[in-house]
Parts: sequence; C-alpha cells; structure tokens
Amino acid sequence: MTELQFTALLPYTMLAAASMIVILLIAFRASHTVIQVVGFILMCAVITALLKVRELLPVSILPLFEIDGFALLFTGLIIFSVLFIGLFSYIYFEEREENPKEYYILLFLATLGAAILTISRHFISLFIGLEILSVSLYGLIAYLRNRNNAVEAGMKYLMLAALSSSFLLFGMALIYMDTGSMEFAGIAQKTINAPTSSVLFMLGIGIIIVAVGFKLALVPFHLWAADVYQGAPVPVTAFIATVSKIGVFAVLIRFSLAINLHRYPLVITVFSIIAIVSMVFGNLLALRQQNIKRLLAYSSISHFGYLLVAFLPGNTAGVEAGIFYLLSYSITLLTAFGIITLLSTASKDAEDLSVYRGLFWKNPLLAGLLTIALFSLAGIPLTAGFLAKFFVLTTGVQQQMWLPVAVLVLTSVIGLYYYLRIITTLFTDSGSIQTKDKSLHPFFYVATYASLIVLVILLCWLGVFPGMVVETVRQLL
Amino acid sequence: MILAWMICILLTAGLFCWLFAQWNPVIAKWIALLSVTINFVLMGQLCMEHYSTLSNPDPWFINYQVPWIPSFGISFHIAMDGLSAVLVLLSFFLGILAVLCSWNEINKRTGFYYFNLLWTLAGITGVFIAMDLFLFYFFWEVMLVPMYFLIGIWGDSNRSYASYKFFIFTQTGGLLMLLAILALYFIHGHQSGTYSFDYFSLLGTNLETTAARGIMWGFLIAFIIKLPVVPFHSWLPDAHSEAPTAGSLILAGLLLKTGAYGIIRFVLGLFPEAAADIAWWMMLLGVIGIIYGAFLAYAQTDLKRLIAYTSVSHMGFVLLGIFAFNQMAMQGVVMQMLAHGISTGALFAMAGMLKERLHTRDIGQMGGLWTVMPSMGGAAMLFTMASLGLPVLGNFIAEFLILIGAFPAAPAITIIATLGLVFSALYSLRLMQKVFLGPVTIAEPVKDASARELIIMAALGISIIALGLYPQPVIDMVRTVVERAVNSS
Repeated sequence: MTELQFTALLPYTMLAAASMIVILLIAFRASHTVIQVVGFILMCAVITALLKVRELLPVSILPLFEIDGFALLFTGLIIFSVLFIGLFSYIYFEEREENPKEYYILLFLATLGAAILTISRHFISLFIGLEILSVSLYGLIAYLRNRNNAVEAGMKYLMLAALSSSFLLFGMALIYMDTGSMEFAGIAQKTINAPTSSVLFMLGIGIIIVAVGFKLALVPFHLWAADVYQGAPVPVTAFIATVSKIGVFAVLIRFSLAINLHRYPLVITVFSIIAIVSMVFGNLLALRQQNIKRLLAYSSISHFGYLLVAFLPGNTAGVEAGIFYLLSYSITLLTAFGIITLLSTASKDAEDLSVYRGLFWKNPLLAGLLTIALFSLAGIPLTAGFLAKFFVLTTGVQQQMWLPVAVLVLTSVIGLYYYLRIITTLFTDSGSIQTKDKSLHPFFYVATYASLIVLVILLCWLGVFPGMVVETVRQLL
Repeated sequence: MILAWMICILLTAGLFCWLFAQWNPVIAKWIALLSVTINFVLMGQLCMEHYSTLSNPDPWFINYQVPWIPSFGISFHIAMDGLSAVLVLLSFFLGILAVLCSWNEINKRTGFYYFNLLWTLAGITGVFIAMDLFLFYFFWEVMLVPMYFLIGIWGDSNRSYASYKFFIFTQTGGLLMLLAILALYFIHGHQSGTYSFDYFSLLGTNLETTAARGIMWGFLIAFIIKLPVVPFHSWLPDAHSEAPTAGSLILAGLLLKTGAYGIIRFVLGLFPEAAADIAWWMMLLGVIGIIYGAFLAYAQTDLKRLIAYTSVSHMGFVLLGIFAFNQMAMQGVVMQMLAHGISTGALFAMAGMLKERLHTRDIGQMGGLWTVMPSMGGAAMLFTMASLGLPVLGNFIAEFLILIGAFPAAPAITIIATLGLVFSALYSLRLMQKVFLGPVTIAEPVKDASARELIIMAALGISIIALGLYPQPVIDMVRTVVERAVNSS
C-alpha cells in the first residue's frame, strides 16, 4: 500500500478507530457525556479528513476499494447524518438506559459499514461492508431490550437481513460463476463483449436486486420496514432511514454504472415496476397511519420509489438528481426524527399522532420546524424537498419515461394528504401536551434545538439557492 | 427592481407581524395595513406612469432579471405589462380591504394570521409578474400554502375538510403543470440548444401538434381547476364558505383570477394553435359553468355558498370570452376579472359582517335586515345589482363586451350564455329578498355598519361604479396585451 493510498483511506481508518476509541473510553469508565463529546469531535475529524482527501482523488486501492468524488459525496452525506444522529442520541439514551455507552460502538461500526459500501468496487468489500452495517444494526435496533417491540423489531430485522444477505451471496456466486470475476470492472469487461447475456448472469442480477430491495425497503420487500421503524429507538430509526439506505443506494449506483446495467431492458423494466409499486403502495399504506414512526416508514418507502425514478436513466444527470434527493431527504428526516426525540418521554416515544395535537400553540418553534420538514417531504417550494423532486422529475422527463413520472406526480398528491394531516394536527386547538420534565443539563437541549434549527435553515437554503450544492456535486462526480 | 421590492415588503412585513404580535396583536394589524397600503400607493404610481406613456410600443414597461439557478437556466425574471399591472393593482386594493375585514374578526393568533395573509398576497403578486416558468410555479405554490393555513386554522366548523380539498385539488393541477413546464423546457432545449425556463425564449418554441396539445393540457388543467370550470369546481364552494371573511375575499377576488391570467398569458401565449383547436369546447364548458353555477346558486341556503356559486357562473363568462379569440371579448374578460373581484369580494365581506352579528350563514334565519341595518342594506343592494349585471356598474360592461365578442365566434353558445344573465337576476334577487327584505325574523338588536365597514363598502362601491361609468383607462392599459393574445392565434 502506497502512502497515497493510505492517506486516501484515512477517513475510513479513522472511522474504524472511532469505535476502538469508544471501547477504550468505556474501559477507562468515561462518562456518557465524555463519550458523546469525543464521538462528536471524531466525526468532525473524519469530515476534515474527507475534505483533505478531496485533493488526492481519485485513488484506487486494488482490488477492493475505489475512492473517488462519488464515494466522497456519499461518505460525506453519511458522516453528516451520523453527526446529527449522535447528537440526538445523547438526550434520548441518557434518560432511558443505564448503560448507553456501548451504543456508540455499534453506531460507529454501522457507520463504518455504510461508508465501506460507498467505496467498494468488489463483491468482497461490498459484502463485508454490508455485514458490518447489518450486524451492528441488529444490536442497535434491539438496544432498549426492556421494550417488547424493540426486541421484536430486532428479531424481524435479523431474520430478513440475514435472508437478504444470503440472497446477495447467492447472486454474487452466480455472477462469479458466469463471469469469473468479483470485481465490478472485471464483470463489466466480460459482459460487454458477450453478444447475449447469459441466463446465469441475469439470474444473479435478479437475485441481487431482491437483496438490495430488502435493504432499501422497496415494495414488495418492504414488510419489515414499519415494524422496525416503530420498534427501534428513535435515533436508530433515523439511522436506518438515512445512513444505511444511503450506503446501499451508493453501492447500487456504482455497481450498475460499472457494469452498465442499463443496457438490459429487462432490468430497467424490473426497476421501473419496483419504483412504481413502491410509490403507490408506500403512499397508500401511509394514508391511514396514526403512528408517526410507521407513517415515516411508509413515506420513506415511497421516497425511495421517487429516488429510483432518478436511477432509471442511468446517466450523470440522474446520479446528480439522486444525490441531491438523498441530501434533502436526509436533512428532512433528521429534522423530523430529532423532533420526535425531543418530544419523547422516558417511558414512551412520541409516536402517536395525538401527542402532536395543538403542538403549534404550545411549542411554536418545534412545530414550525416539523411543519417545514413535512412540507419538504411533500415537496412544497421554498424547501429542499421541492427542488429534489423537481430534479428527479427533470431527469425523468428528459428520458421521456412518462409512466414513472406520471405515477410520481399522482402519488405525491396522495402523499400530500397524510403530510397535511399531521400538519393540521399540529395546528388544531386544545391539545394536551405532556410537558416533559427536563432532567438533563440544559446545554444538551440547547444543542439539540440549535442543530434542528441548523438543519431547517439548510433545508430552506437548499430549497432557494441550490446552485452551490449542485455545482459541488458536479465537480466531484 | 421595484416589483421585487413590493414582494419583499409583503414577505418581511408578514414576518414582523408574526414576531410583534407576541407583544401586542394590534401592532400586527397596523403593520399589515401599512405594508399593503404602501404597495398599493407604489403600484398606483406605476400605473399612472405607464398610463401616461401608453404610446410606447414595448408593452413590458418593467423588466427585471437576475440569474437564480443558472445551471438549469432558471432566473428570477419578473416583468410587468398592462394586464399584470391592473391585476397587481387589484391585488393590493383587495389586500387592504382584506386586512380591514379581519380587523375585529380575528381575535386569536393574530400575528400568524396576518403572516399568512401577507404571504398569500405576496404569492399572488408573484404569480402575476413572474416571467420565468419555474418562478411562476414557485409563486403558484407559495400562494397556496398560507391560504391553506388561513382556511384550516381560522375557518368555520368544517374547515379541515375544506382546506384539504382546496390544497389537494390545486396541487394536483400544479404538479401536472410542472410536468408540462418540464416537457416544454426540454423540447425548447433540444431545438435551440439553450435550456431556459424563460417565458420569452419559450415563446419561440416550435411544437408538433400532438406535443403542443399534451403540454397545453398540462397547463390548462391547472388553470381551469383554479378558475374553476365546471367539472373541477367542487373545491370552490367548500373553500369559500369555510374560509374566514378575508380568506373568501382573497379566494374569490384574486385566486380565481390567477387561473384566468394563466390561460391568457401562458395557454394562449405558448400554444396559440392548440388553444384555437379546442376553443369551441372550452366555450361550451364556459356556458355550462354559467348556467350550472347560476342554478346551484339559486338553490343554496347558505349565504357564502350562494355567493361562491355565483363565482362559478361569472367565471364561466371569463372562459367564454377568452376562447372567443376576439379583442372585444378579451377586453370584457379583463373587465370581468376586475369587476367580479370587486363585486364578489364585497358580497363576501358583507356575508362576513352579517355572520359577525347573527352568527349564522343560513339564509332561512335572516330576513328584513334592511329595517335594522339600512346602510348595510343599501350597500348589499348595490353589489347584488352589480352581480346581476345592471348597467352603470362594472360587471355590465364586462359581460356585455364578452357576449358581443363571443357572438360571432359561436352564436348558439352565446345565446345560451345570455340566458345566464336572467338566471343571475333570479339568484341575486332571491338573495336580496330573503336577507334584507320581508318580515324581520331576528329578535335581538343588531348594530348597523360601523365606520370601518362603511369605508370598506364605500371603497368597493366607488370602484365598481367607476369601472361601470368610465372603463376606458382599463381598456387602454390592456389594449396591447389583448391585441397580442388575440392575434397570435
């Protein structure tokens, strides 16, 4: 390994070191606060390292990794999300769990897994990254082991993730059998010259699509989503909704661009169908939900359906739109989950819609932030969600994929209904909000509120002046 | 630049209203009133200036453009011609009255109320002056969200249903329009090599017949939902009747006009041939709206619903006039937009005042109010007469011009449309008779109109009479716009 490669890998090694450092801190009986602060500093250090690495790109570490602008964007997005999830975790776990410290080990490990996915160019690194991510998630989801539905959610995720991993392995094996290579580039070389695609290869691709569908919770592989979202601790739900999906989506794009998946009309048809049913069912299932965590689960299913519309053309415009979409989606969901964290009490998460009744007149700041986040999810102008949807529509219209685009438009109208339902609840009169007794040091509340405000300002800024972000994405790609 | 400032004034004043109302709600009212009045004065001056330089061949007397998202060819492009000018002037005029209407009606959450009111006005102003299609869509949505809050928070008992319905109907149309805008953007980009959302560059796009038809429908559906045209009108009575007084006034007076404005500016401007192809059908829909709206208005027992259905009927005239493709009819359309804004706005304001006193909108529980409130009765008489199209008042000029203009284009349809005038007499007289004439039904004493309410009514009354007696300034202002819209097809 050359020095250049070593430097380029620095953010990832630092991420791996982060969980080790947390283990050491626990061994030395550091307090939760110390771990939290150190974790925050470590994540900031990783971001600094990413900015440093930016000048060296692209670097490949054969045969496993490829660190380029694309990887950097996705890793940056992942670390950015984890930064906020870590912040929200403090107030959440401090009042619920007597030993919240090990949580951070798992959190950073899962982050490492997701980050590895973004740089992998080989089936082995893909699988290792995915397993680090999934195995840490089993622990994270069931972390509050005294709660029944947490354990249930953990079991469910364990089963389905294990199943999807075995699918993935089988698919990889089939492709390896057909092409004799596990590197994306090698596979591409073999298949490009082949006049017709072999059955084995297509079968392998199909099985891999199933596995990816599970991880991204796309219809019809979405059955775990609502239960896991509901059962997991709020910050972990935020993690599943953002970081783990970003990682998987990154590797999906890299894989499909590398082997030029878009040549196969069959694959495109399958993806179109998955996108369409995800948009339709995600939105329909969310319509009558009274539980806000389940509602967000279904809404995220539909959002990944929208995202697949940007994936369908398989060109750079699509990738740009996808990255912008993921960015705005992550910021929005982090805001929403941050607010849920703040409103949750020690015994119960703030998941029932009745908790939010009349919130605007009790706590205008939180309700206002949540309203903006929901408008962003619904895609109303002045928020990033609108421009994200606009960019996705742009790529769809450009390729003249009228069916997915029309479905996107019509299902967003359905989606509007349930977002409006929450907003109306926020603005209804006569609510009885249990004010939670603030047992923690006010600094952490201030920090959480401040980070929420930062997120919402970002959301609006992206929604009005997206130029800078779009330019940065273009330069890096 | 001055146009951008007007929008900025409204937006910042809205924020100030919200902030200062924490200390004293009265400040919010004054801020709102002041900001809209400043805009009205500014706009009045602009109109005067423009009126004195009408001979200038370039109709766009203000044109301001700065890049916004250059990589997508999106710019912040606002411009004003005669049509925009009269509509923006109407917006601020009704805006002042909307603030005055809510002076005593809104007692809770005053700050947030005025915030929404001013932001809606800002969105409407933006819609009338945006010359970049992306920006237009942007403002189209900006006026929607605060209006949703106005209905959903300060509305009547069935408010949440009405606000959902309003939002979802409009949003569906809006998203279809967004698709159409994107399709047009790419076709134009392929042809010319420069990707731009600018109205003036898109005007030169060569479209095939089928493409033009498809894209035109995307725009048209958004606008005819907003106008509304009969099969898509069902959001209107709910939204109008549940909204607070100022909300109804803005909905009827301004929001419906954005639909008509959109058809004139974008559908006729961008797709003249495709629009000419469907003209007959659109005129038919217009007539159906006229007759159907009038019938339903006649059958209502709820005062605000009745007025809402008269809007459906009056907007039918607008559609009829637009698709007659004829200068005289188009002049009538512009007149109708102004006159309907004023007369229906006044009727809604009156309904609000009655509701404040009687706590009901049911016509059955009213009667003989003229004896207890003579000045209110007089005002109501004036505006119901305007609504049925009595000469001397603005609506008469408008409907007369539309009918004359439409006759050569489609005689049979126009003859049926003329029957609409008879029906409008029916529902207007019924309204007058049930509410203000007949035996007195209420026992407790009610106050006649206060000074504030008299000011509102006087302002509206004077303007509707002025439009009826001397419509020439308006006709001159929009002449070039109308000529262009008609000649292009």
